This record gives sequence, C-alpha cells and structure tokens, in this order.
Amino acid sequence: MSNAAFNSQNGADGQAYANGPSQNPLLMPPGNQGYNMADQPQYFNQMPAKTPVQPGLYAGHHHPVPPPVSSYQTPLGPPMQGRPPVGPPQPGFPAQRLPPPPQSSPSPPVATNSYYTSPQNPPPPSWNYGPRPPMGTPPPANHVSSPPSPAMNQSSLGHAVAPPPTTVLHNASHPSGHPLPPGPPNSWSHPGSAPPPVTAMPTQTYQPGRSMYGAPPTMAPTSPPTAPLGTATPPPPMSTPNEAGQCGNVASSASAQSDVESTDWDVDQPGARHTPTPGHSAAVPNSFDHVETGGRAMTAPPPPQPGSVGRQIGQSYPSLPPGYQGMAPPTNSGPVHPPAQPYGQPPQPYQQPSAGPAQLSPSLATLSLQSQTPSALRVVNLLQERNLLPTNAITAPTPCLPQDLQKINCNPDVFRCTLTSIPQTQSLLNKAKLPLGLLLHPFKDLSQLPVVTSSTIVRCRSCRTYINPFVSFLDQRRWKCNLCYRVNDVPEEFMYNPVSRSYGEPHKRPEVQNATIEFIAPSEYMLRPPQPAAYLFVLDVSHNAVQTGYIDVVCQLLLENLNSLPGDTRTKIGFITFDSTVHFYNLQEGLSQPQMLIVSDIEDIFLPTPDSLLINLNESKELVQDLLKSLPQMFSKTMETHSALGPALQAAFKLLSPTGGRISVFQSQLPTVGVGALKSREDPNQRASTKDIQHLSPATDFYKKLALDCSGQQVAVDLFLLSSQYCDLASLGGISRYSAGSIYYYPSYHNQHNPSQTERFQKDLKRYLTRKIGFEAVMRIRCTKGLSIHTFHGNFFVRSTDLLSLPNVNPDAGFAVQMSIEENLVDMQVVSFQAALLYTSSKGERRIRVHTMCLPVVNSLSDIFAGADVQAITGLLASMAVDRSVTASLSDARDAMTNAVIDSMASYRTSVLTIQQPGLLVPSCLRLFPLYILALLKQKAFRTGTSTRLDDRVFAMCQLKSQPLSHLLLMIHPVLYRVDDLNDEGALNINDRTIPQPKILQLSVEKLSREGAFLMDTGSVMYLWVGRNCSLNFLMQVLGVPNYSALPQSMNQLPELDTAESARTRTLIGWLREQRPFYPILHIIRDESPLKAEFMQNMIEDRTESALSYYEFLLHLQQQISK
Amino acid sequence: MAFTFAAFCYMLALLLTAALIFFAIWHIIAFDELKTDYKNPIDQCNTLNPVSLIVMKCVFSFQLVLPEYLIHVFFCVMFLCAAEWLTLGLNMPLLAYHVWRYTSRPVMSGPGLYDPTTIMNADILAYCQKEGWCKLAFYLLSFFYYLYGMIYVLVSS
Repeated sequence: MSNAAFNSQNGADGQAYANGPSQNPLLMPPGNQGYNMADQPQYFNQMPAKTPVQPGLYAGHHHPVPPPVSSYQTPLGPPMQGRPPVGPPQPGFPAQRLPPPPQSSPSPPVATNSYYTSPQNPPPPSWNYGPRPPMGTPPPANHVSSPPSPAMNQSSLGHAVAPPPTTVLHNASHPSGHPLPPGPPNSWSHPGSAPPPVTAMPTQTYQPGRSMYGAPPTMAPTSPPTAPLGTATPPPPMSTPNEAGQCGNVASSASAQSDVESTDWDVDQPGARHTPTPGHSAAVPNSFDHVETGGRAMTAPPPPQPGSVGRQIGQSYPSLPPGYQGMAPPTNSGPVHPPAQPYGQPPQPYQQPSAGPAQLSPSLATLSLQSQTPSALRVVNLLQERNLLPTNAITAPTPCLPQDLQKINCNPDVFRCTLTSIPQTQSLLNKAKLPLGLLLHPFKDLSQLPVVTSSTIVRCRSCRTYINPFVSFLDQRRWKCNLCYRVNDVPEEFMYNPVSRSYGEPHKRPEVQNATIEFIAPSEYMLRPPQPAAYLFVLDVSHNAVQTGYIDVVCQLLLENLNSLPGDTRTKIGFITFDSTVHFYNLQEGLSQPQMLIVSDIEDIFLPTPDSLLINLNESKELVQDLLKSLPQMFSKTMETHSALGPALQAAFKLLSPTGGRISVFQSQLPTVGVGALKSREDPNQRASTKDIQHLSPATDFYKKLALDCSGQQVAVDLFLLSSQYCDLASLGGISRYSAGSIYYYPSYHNQHNPSQTERFQKDLKRYLTRKIGFEAVMRIRCTKGLSIHTFHGNFFVRSTDLLSLPNVNPDAGFAVQMSIEENLVDMQVVSFQAALLYTSSKGERRIRVHTMCLPVVNSLSDIFAGADVQAITGLLASMAVDRSVTASLSDARDAMTNAVIDSMASYRTSVLTIQQPGLLVPSCLRLFPLYILALLKQKAFRTGTSTRLDDRVFAMCQLKSQPLSHLLLMIHPVLYRVDDLNDEGALNINDRTIPQPKILQLSVEKLSREGAFLMDTGSVMYLWVGRNCSLNFLMQVLGVPNYSALPQSMNQLPELDTAESARTRTLIGWLREQRPFYPILHIIRDESPLKAEFMQNMIEDRTESALSYYEFLLHLQQQISK
Repeated sequence: MAFTFAAFCYMLALLLTAALIFFAIWHIIAFDELKTDYKNPIDQCNTLNPVSLIVMKCVFSFQLVLPEYLIHVFFCVMFLCAAEWLTLGLNMPLLAYHVWRYTSRPVMSGPGLYDPTTIMNADILAYCQKEGWCKLAFYLLSFFYYLYGMIYVLVSS
C-alpha cells in the first residue's frame, strides 16, 4: 500500500520514476547491460564476414581490427593506443588526422564550461505554448488530487480486505470539470497545491465578452434533436463558474486540502514536488519526460462557458466566439469587388429551416445544449456578406453531447474530427459530401497529464480498448465497452480508487475521469527491454556544406545542449560525417582523443569498429565535447564536392539497428555518389508553368526501402535540408516519411549571407534537440464498431489497418485519418474513437498515452452540416490533396479541392435548405470553407502559375501532411494584424504580462494602409510590413528609426526600446512565438524590400496573375453549383 | 482424332490455369490476411518485426505476381502459334490489363507490384482484393473453357 504515491508529473523531476523501475524491475535493466550484450555478438559476427569479401583491396593488412580502416590518433595522444600499428596509408582509404581541439583560440565558439550551466538554462520559451488567460477563479484541486481529508488515513477506511492495489498515480492533479485550466499554462507547478496567484487575476476579455456574445437572440430556439442523447437532462444552470465542476463532489475540494494531500502522497518522494513559481515559469528544467512543459494546459474537460456559444477555452488563442452577427466592417476603404450589397448590411434573416427543433425553451437550450447549433446552421450568403473572418482566433466547434460527457471529452487540440456529429450511414455521409476523418496530435506537449501506474491496465477483453470515460458501468463489477459493447468484469484492483482512497467506486478512477491519460506499462507491453535513448548525427561535410557554415551551428548547439538531450544514464550518441567517403568517430571511453575512421568503400559500407562508434554519452562526454569542438575546423579546407548520402545512411542504419533510435541527417546538396545518388530533375523554366508539375514522386525507391528497414529496427531518420540548389526532396523525403521522422528545410541557408535563416535554424535545432521524444512507438486507433479507418496521413509506416509503426514520436507530429462507415450506426447515440500511443520514454519507461473522444451520431443532413468543423475539414482535405497530387497530378488535386467545396455546398443547397434563394448559401459553420480552400489553392504546395521551386513545393506538401492542425492552419491561412495602434483594450493578462490582442484582418491589400504597420503571421515566418506614411511615433517608439527612409532594407528583430509601444509590440510577437514549438523569424519589410513579394503572395483574397480573387472564386463556385 | 498442336496447347493451358487458380486464391488470402490482421487479440507487440513482415508479404506477393503474368503471356503466345484466335481474343483483355498494371506500378528498383507503404490504404487494399476475386472467376471460367476446347479440338480433328 505504501507504494501508492502521487506526484506531480510537472514537478517530479526524476524522482517520480523511482516507482517505475522498482515496480517492474524486469523491465528496466540497470545500466545498459541488456543492449551491450545484445549488440556485441552481432557485431563480431559481422566482422569476419566482411574481411574476406575484399581480400584484394585490403591485402596489406594483418591486424585483427577490420582492415579497411585507417585509424589515426592525433599526435597528442599516446600513439595507437590499444590498437596494432597500421601500415602505411593505403591508397583508397586516406587517413586523416583529427586536429587537437583548439585550446586557447577563440574559434571553438563554446565556453568550455557551458554545459555546466546549461541545465539551468531556461528552455526556449518559444515552444511553450501560449499561456492561456487565467479565468476568474482560482484553480481548485480536481477530483483526483483531492481526496476528502478523512480519507487520508487509509487504515481507517475499513476496506482493508481489499488487496492493496499497486496503483501509483503520477500526477496529483489534472483538471477535471473545472471551468478553468488550473494555473497558468506556462507554469509547471503543481496546480492543486497552491494556486498561482495570477490565476486570480480577472481578465476583462472573457467573462463580459462571452456573455455578450452568447447566443444571439435568434439562437434561442435550440435544436434538441442534434443531441440525440435522450439523457440530456438540463444540467444545472451555468450561472456560476464553479458549478461546472461536474465531476461531482470531489471537484469541490479546496486547494488547502490538496496541500495536505500532496504531502501525504509524496512521502516516498521527498523533493519531488516543486513549489509553484509562476514568475519563473520559463525556468523549466529541460527534462521533458517529467515536465510536460508545453504551457498549454491540457484541460481534459474544457469547461463550458456560461452562456457562451459552447466554445472551449483550452485553445491556443483565447477568444471570443466568432461573431456571427454581422460585425461592423472595420472602416472600409471602398469596395474593391463589386458586391451587390453594402458591406454593412445586417446579416441575413435567420432562415433556420433546418434548425427546426426550435421548440425547446430558450433557457434550456442555452444551458443544456451546445448552443452553437443554430448559429452554425444560420444561412450565410457569401456573396453578400463580407467580413466573415472572425476578428479573433477560431476555436473548434463543440460536439453536441450532453454536458457531462462533453466536459470530459478529449481536448480538440489533441483529437479532432471533421464532423462533430457523425452521420448514421455511409450513404448519409456521401450525401453530405464532406470528408469524415480525425486529426490527431497525440504526443503534444501537455502541461497536465494524469499518469497512472497500475499492475493491470483495464482493457476490453475482446477489442482491447482501454477503459475510458465513455464506457458504461452496468453495476459495480461490470463495465460495457463503448467500442465493441462487450461486457467486461471490473478487476478487483480497479475497485479501489487511489485518488479518493475509497473502495467500490470504479467510476471515479482517473482512467474513467480523463479522456487523456498515460499509463506506465508493465512488461507485457514490451518485446524487449526498453531501448536507451540513442542519437546519431550524420553530417554532410562536403565543400558545399562547409561553405554554408552550418557545422559550426550544429556543433555549438550540441555542445550547449548535450546535457539537455532527453535521456538517462544509458543515453547513447554517435557521429558520422560524409562527403564522398564516410567518416566514423571512435569515441570509446578511455581514448584521449576522438579517432576518425574513414571508410572509402561506399559500395559496400561496413562499420569499422562497431562497438565504439555509438557510445554512452555520460561515459564519453569529454570525448564528444572534444569532437564537437574540433569538428568545424576539421573540414574547413575540404575540396570534396561529392556527397555519398546513401552509403552514410546505410552505415547509420547499421550502427543503430541493434538498439533503435534517432538519426539526424544534415544534408546540403543532391547526393551524387554511391547508392541513392540522384540527378537533378527540376527545370527552372517550368517553375511558373501552369501546366502540370512533374517529379512530385520519388525518383528512386532506395530511400523508401531504407526507411522501411529503419522502421523495422525502430530507427527514425530526421532530415535537415540546408541547400540553395535543388535537392530532390521528393526522393530524399521518403527516408523520413516512412520512418516517422521529420523534415526540416532551410532554403538558401548560409551563416553569413542569410542570418535570419541561421537564427531560425539555431532555434529550431535547439527545440529539436531538447524536445521530448518517444522511442519504438506504435499508435493504434480504435473506433466504435461500424466505423473503419480508410487512410492515414502523416509520417509513419502503416503496419496494420489500424496500427501505425512510429520508430520515434515527437511532440510536433500530427496525423490525419480518413474514416469510413462500414456498418450503419443505428441504435447508437454516440461513437467513440480511441488513439493509444505506446512508446518508450527517453528514461527507458514503457508508457501508453490514451486519448478518447466521444461524438454524437445523427441521422439528418442538417445536423451533419451543423457539426462540421471547417478547420479540420480543411486540414484533412489538404492531406488528401497531397496524396492526390502525388498519385495523380497537381491539377487533379486542385480540382478535387474545388469540387469538395462545390459538392458540399450543392448538397447543402439541395438537401437542407428548404427555401431557395439566389446567392451562394452556406451554413454559418462552413462560411470559411471557400476561403480556406482558396487559401490552399494559393498555398505553395498547390499553387500554379507562380514561380515555386520544386523543393519548396514538396516541402510544403510534407508539412501539410505531418503538421498538427494548429500549425497547419497558420500555414494555410496566415493571420494579419495591424500593429501600429496597439492598445491594451481587450488585452490578455498572463503572468503579469499584458498581451495586446489586435483584431485579425482579412488577407487583402484593401486592409493595408500606408499609414499603418501590419504584422502577418504565417506560422514559420512573420512579416512586419511598415507603410510609407507610417506614423513617426511608431517608427521611433517601436522601430527606433527617426523616419521611414532610415528603415533598413532588411531587419530581423525589433529593438528593445523602453517605450510602451515597443513593449506592446514585442510582447505580442513574443506571445505569438511562444504558441508554437518552432521559432518564426521576423522580417521587417518596407515597400521596396525584396521580401514584399512574399508578403503580398499571402494576400490570398486578392487577385494575382494566375489565381482568382476570393470574390471571383465565390462567383465561380456559384456558377458551378447552380449548373 | 489426332493429337494436334492446338490440343497440346489446350492441355498445357489447362494445367497452367490450374496453377493460376492457385495463385489467385493465394492472392486473395494474402490480402484478406493483411486486412484482418488487427483482429489479433494480443495487442501491439505480437510479432517480432511486423514491418518487415508486411514488406515480406508484398515481396512474396510479387513473387507470385510475376510468374502469374509470365504464365499467362506464355500460353497466350502458344495460342497465337496454334492460331486459336477465339481463345486468344478471350485472353487479350487480361493480357492488356496485366501489361497496364505492371507499367503503372509505383517506382521500384526491383521488380514488384505492391508498395508496402501504400498497401494498407483502404482503397488500394479493396482494389487488390477485388482484383483477386475477378481473376479467380476468370481463371475458373477459362479452365472449363480450355477443357471444352481441348476435347473439341481432339474430337473434331
């Protein structure tokens, strides 16, 4: 019983895991013995086999080490330590000396002791997700964290008969049913134990805004049928924020209690708990396994807003619900397109033919059901209404579920469905012409994640579904699976609730209270002992690569972050460099210098000394540091221009295959020699052609096959492409796509000539090196019987119809799944989807992260339309279009996207609308659909007629498939703000910072003015466009220049001026940066800057030479629909 | 009643079609297995290296696919030599389909037809299964046709 312990996942650095290994000693062999035992014999078997293969070539060698290697040590070290003398350098494998690491010269850019301090370095704030504004109430401890005080003393509970459940919960708190995300998202403090003071800070934005925006008058009649769940008894009125604590009595416990509780539960883990320090929320230790530093709280149950339109707050942008009622058009500067009606026209009278179920009493409607339904179905005539783009960020629609279910439903940032109301039959779905699919961000950094250790993980016996909040308990001892409807027994152990320390309340267990939960898996979930974290860096050192200077950046960042690489004492690291030959580095502990081993036989690559190339980071840290310090100089004089990427990858695969792990490849040019050599396929003259784009599919399957081999051995390959010329990303990308890696592309990278790109590379690399990582992962997606998975999108290998093989999983990877309905979902009121990600953490723990989402089933077309999630639909369509453009052609994909809009609108018009009237009529929830599709058509990936480099295009396609939805949307439809008149009206207050919230403008030149300055956020790049007549005040106070002409041509950061305006602008930009994992660079551009063209290309509502304007596009749609 | 070249062709085709029927059945089973793999109750860690298993399956399917195509081409050529125009004509559509199928295969260094990375796509899987059933039906019908043709040639000559 004593091993039942709670600790905060957020604060329990290292300590928290004291339980894990001790519970499952088998699973966690101390040290790395398991692996060394495993791989060494394998290597020795390989070696003899190699030698006779090329007797001729290496005839001159007799020493026992694999001959075709010249191993030299630097003169400083004892010569040939532990190694027989090598004969004179043979032609064919040139020897090279490692220069001694420069001692005094300033060239090594890293201070020698830098790694001592690095643990204290705050992680880059840039990847902390944006803090959400605190709401009006302090975060009370939730039900898990706060057992009633009397229950503290277990022995007094009188259920001693129960076998002591070996259940450990690593997380004292997770929000449940509380209206507010507990604590500021940035703080990794234990929210239950002491509410950070900031949370009490009222935000002006929220409460008044919400209620004000609450159901517009016409929305009052809500449609009950969209909530087919008859159980929808009117929940208590939502007038007080506190009532939302649906999870019953437990949620009401005060934070004082949890203080007591935390001390109690933490007895065996002294020091594991951190006291909340809201002010220091940035100073998070870089241990991602324990500290889910993603600031955005994973509010498992996003609380319903009082009287709101049913939006959730757990979003990236706190926002008012999109104002559906015609917003006052912001100072129109005259219509550009000839709209028939004046802009300011009030919205269409609400038609509501379909939202028929309007007989419900208004009060009930606004309370019990997601009042979005009527507004979502409000008919909008796109040709008449402009300014449909909400001025605040758009949030995901809320499924029409009874509130008790919705409250515990999965966070839409993690799990989202294109249709929040699932059609009952496939024919109904076909009729709606909307794609059905899921968008997942399964490994997202979460600040609140309940972790459960249990000797048995309760799962359905027939479909293996993990027990989740949407199962039904028939009685105390039996539960019914919500996916296959099998009745299962509740295990004895599950009867005991470690949170409340009570017996006989299985439905109060954290597993049943949280839609997102993590289990520490017992040994049944392993095929082999969990692998150690293993990182292999493969660096291109050809002339071209050395010229760009990227090696300095990589080495310096690695030196700085060597201690923050996720891992434990078993962490392994290795380096390979390559030009036309492949160079290995012997970093065996005990050597005085790193040894460089050159293999020039790239046709038949082999590992010269297999056991000393991938070494334990802790044991050989000094050698690794030496190597990193000397590496940038070693190749500075190289004249070798060839690149043997294929052989280097083969070698890397061989090196990592016994353990599995991550290969990071840095490549700067087209691979030219050895296997996998590629030829340039791009014809620059065709870049702007409106004809079909060729060469979107790979030229060779070498990279794909190697990726499959890697996937089989749990090795993932991440590709960093730093190149100014064509690199054939379409072929190279396969290595990452099928091994679940990620692709980063820095076109025209150069340390000196392109400093902004360098800055971005540095920040991205830092995030990349220090972010959480999961090894040897698989993800299975289960869904209620009747639904089936059609296609997956993302980077992975599909192992079975519902199982993805992910050698590595990272927090920035998103997935999309197309679904189909195989059997009719009659008699079902809800369906559920469950994504279970089984992975090995960098600390060598096997863990399962389970997300479950529940959605209602509907049988009328209007309800399907009412539940459409336009952002998710856009994301899924983008993925499908990428597939289509590779398998068929780009024009096919473009047509398919346009047809998707046309078909769904035509279907809406014919099947849902009863009153026909002229115009382009769409339901309000889909009013942005044409805009997003137009944006996609003008996106780099799909545009035609504009000069787009093939690699840029392919990279955009890779991004569309593998980015999580929140990042995707910025890529597709950038956000434009006017920033020269920032004020604190409606600003957010987070951690004493006041973040201005300017209105989001439509992407049209019409919205720009010469008098202003505008910030465009495209996700990876931000542009600050300064108008010619911009106010002097802004120029001086923010940009620090006396007048417009003094503004430099290229400027990449704002000066830190001590003025209110400067502070506001910098806060806004900083806040935007914090919301995404990777660092967007800022370009300050003026009228004549070369980057202005790129800025203007994002003005997607405007006409370009080759593409329609938004209005023209709408006319085109209307024409097609009425045909 | 004489044993002509045409009769020999029919006999050979009869035997080879039996083999092709076997191939088609194997094809159907293989894809059905791929589709229903997930029914395995032991979850997520049942096989040692499932990735290479699928790759193997795809490669192995290929090993039956190419012989199948070659066998079919072979007895089409035989019928051509024997001037059995009607039989040849009946086989032409399938021959053309095979040629199209093989030329439109994904980029591969080795010979092969199925791409392990896309085989799990529901559309492709369903297509392959349907293809298997159609071929099975075709081979069964042609088996009896060849039997009839053989007897007819033997009797009439």
